[in-house]
Amino acid sequence: MGIEGANSLRNGPDDNGRFGLYGGRFVAETLMPLILDLEEAYRAARQDPEFIAQLGSLRTHYAGRPSPLYLAERLTEDLGGAKVYFKREDLNHTGSHKINNTLGQILLARRMGKGRIIAETGAGQHGVATATVCAKFNLPCTVFMGATDVARQAPNVLRMRMLGAEVRAVTSGAGTLKDAMNEALRDWVTNVENTYYLIGTAAGPHPYPEIVRDFQSVIGEELRAQHLEREGKLPDAVVACVGGGSNAIGTFHAFLDDSDVAIYGAEAGGHGIDIENGHAASMTGGRPGVLHGNRTYLLQDDDGQILEGHSISAGLDYPGVGPEHSFLHDTKRVIYVPVTDDEALDAFQLCTRLEGIIPALESAHGLAHVLKLAPKMRKDQSIVLCMSGRGDKDVESVGKYLASRQNG
Amino acid sequence: MTTRIPARFAACAAENRPALVTFIMAGDPDLDTAQAILEALPAAGADVIELGMPFSDPMADGPGVQAAGQRALKSGQTLKKTLGMVEAFRKTDNATPIVLMGYYNPIYIFGVERFLEAAKTAGVDGLIVVDLPPEEDDELCIPTLEAGLNFVRLTTPTTDDKRLPAVLANTSGFVYYVSMTGITGATIKNHAAVGTAVKRIKGHTDLPVAVGFGIKTADDAARIGADSDGVVVGTAICNALADSLVDGKPTAHSVAAVTDLVADLASGCRRARA
Repeated sequence: MGIEGANSLRNGPDDNGRFGLYGGRFVAETLMPLILDLEEAYRAARQDPEFIAQLGSLRTHYAGRPSPLYLAERLTEDLGGAKVYFKREDLNHTGSHKINNTLGQILLARRMGKGRIIAETGAGQHGVATATVCAKFNLPCTVFMGATDVARQAPNVLRMRMLGAEVRAVTSGAGTLKDAMNEALRDWVTNVENTYYLIGTAAGPHPYPEIVRDFQSVIGEELRAQHLEREGKLPDAVVACVGGGSNAIGTFHAFLDDSDVAIYGAEAGGHGIDIENGHAASMTGGRPGVLHGNRTYLLQDDDGQILEGHSISAGLDYPGVGPEHSFLHDTKRVIYVPVTDDEALDAFQLCTRLEGIIPALESAHGLAHVLKLAPKMRKDQSIVLCMSGRGDKDVESVGKYLASRQNG
Repeated sequence: MTTRIPARFAACAAENRPALVTFIMAGDPDLDTAQAILEALPAAGADVIELGMPFSDPMADGPGVQAAGQRALKSGQTLKKTLGMVEAFRKTDNATPIVLMGYYNPIYIFGVERFLEAAKTAGVDGLIVVDLPPEEDDELCIPTLEAGLNFVRLTTPTTDDKRLPAVLANTSGFVYYVSMTGITGATIKNHAAVGTAVKRIKGHTDLPVAVGFGIKTADDAARIGADSDGVVVGTAICNALADSLVDGKPTAHSVAAVTDLVADLASGCRRARA
């Protein structure tokens, strides 16, 4: 662990839920008492040995942790620079990092005595991970998903329904993640007495960004120890994709005070960040504003209206980002870079062919940046990508996209 | 500085009736029609006007108000134009209180200081900002009070006695009691509970207490207005306007669709305590 002290970057948020300027509790009064209850319940839970033991056991025996740290040998050879490692979150139960968070929060919901779970989902990974833990703990589950995403992520919709969840297609707006989150918030405000909102990313009102980060930090903590054991040192760079940013903050947090470790977050550059509303790179192409309970970088117009954003990846096309990322962007501790749809597709194919690993399109954004960095690094250096999810859900849409690219 | 709000509630109380607080969305379905509706509201019986500032992501609103905001944004409404509507309204009406209602981000992007100055100059009396609970008072609430405008807070069924004093602390003008846990446009299930809640809140404050969410008809206004100092109607007005449109465009009946409903609601308010 890095040194924790006054100068640590790992101390946030403060008592008001702020990471510097970002974060906060910008919610309707109806939700405020519940958010305060949640904070209290979380503070108690994380001090409770029973809670910690139960979560640890679920991680080991249900999710399959620790996830491997895998040396991508052919990719390393192909790039001719730093050793490339993958932190294999794609091998977790349900196929992504999302289970780390849903296991933690479902235990919290049970402690709080909530009888119903709601969630929002973009690519469907968080929806599946939520439906999964709801099945396991016998709680009714409603997942809000944009109608556009329902269409482009059909396999995950089927999975959620088979797991017993109700999937509600949201038609307002562009029918993507932002609209799903609005609708989840509307449901929550209506059913606040018995409903737990299981947010999937490290965003939303305090204490969600902190809770989700803490449950996802297992990624970086394992990675750090695994890399130390394998290489006898820390990695020279870590890379993760950033939509809302939960796999990224989970990967980064353990390294924030290790100044020798370079940290990169790959945002969805879509068609290119010069194209208005053609990307979802909220930090490289947006500015601070208030949405969904927190202040953070947002894609918005001059009147403060939120833009929809675009990405080939349903998990990244969110016009905001978790508040801690906004803070790390301003402090420049993490370098956030846009990665275009085409770059992500190229990385997707390369990884599939060279390593026999089909990455999620989200993770392929991170990989695309690794492809740029690794060749410029020395062979005795190493770079770790958080392989946040597997790409089975994406093969159909990638196939269609590649066909249209060839014909176009 | 006192705004127009206390005087108006006092006048209604003197007539032994609740104030009728009407919500319309600025720029819905277009700027000219919205302006005509705004200017027709007082004569139709509106005592206080809430003017909605449209936002792309209205998390606390149901389909009716969402659609109104979408129509307004599509027609090119901006916060600057909304302030312009108030300024134009004040040329003929200097007595009816206007409260701007919406979400924080457009104000934040406009700039809090610049916004408050512009709002004051335009003739705005108060603000209702849904996503600013007392925990975020430093953002806009305190600057608003310092600028001499009212900051009207929402209290809800989940605001318990422990929390109520904090919610009321920096509230001014009136208290807006949300009749249910839910979004705008839903249905009130328990009228008696609303009356009890209003009495509870009045035990903690001298401010008038208006009730909103779920009031759609003159009968609703009469029932809820029996126990409260004001009734707020929004979704029903937005829906009446929507029903008058053809392909999203205003018709000859659009203004009357709103004023007829408002007149009916006003009659409900007048018989609330009869």
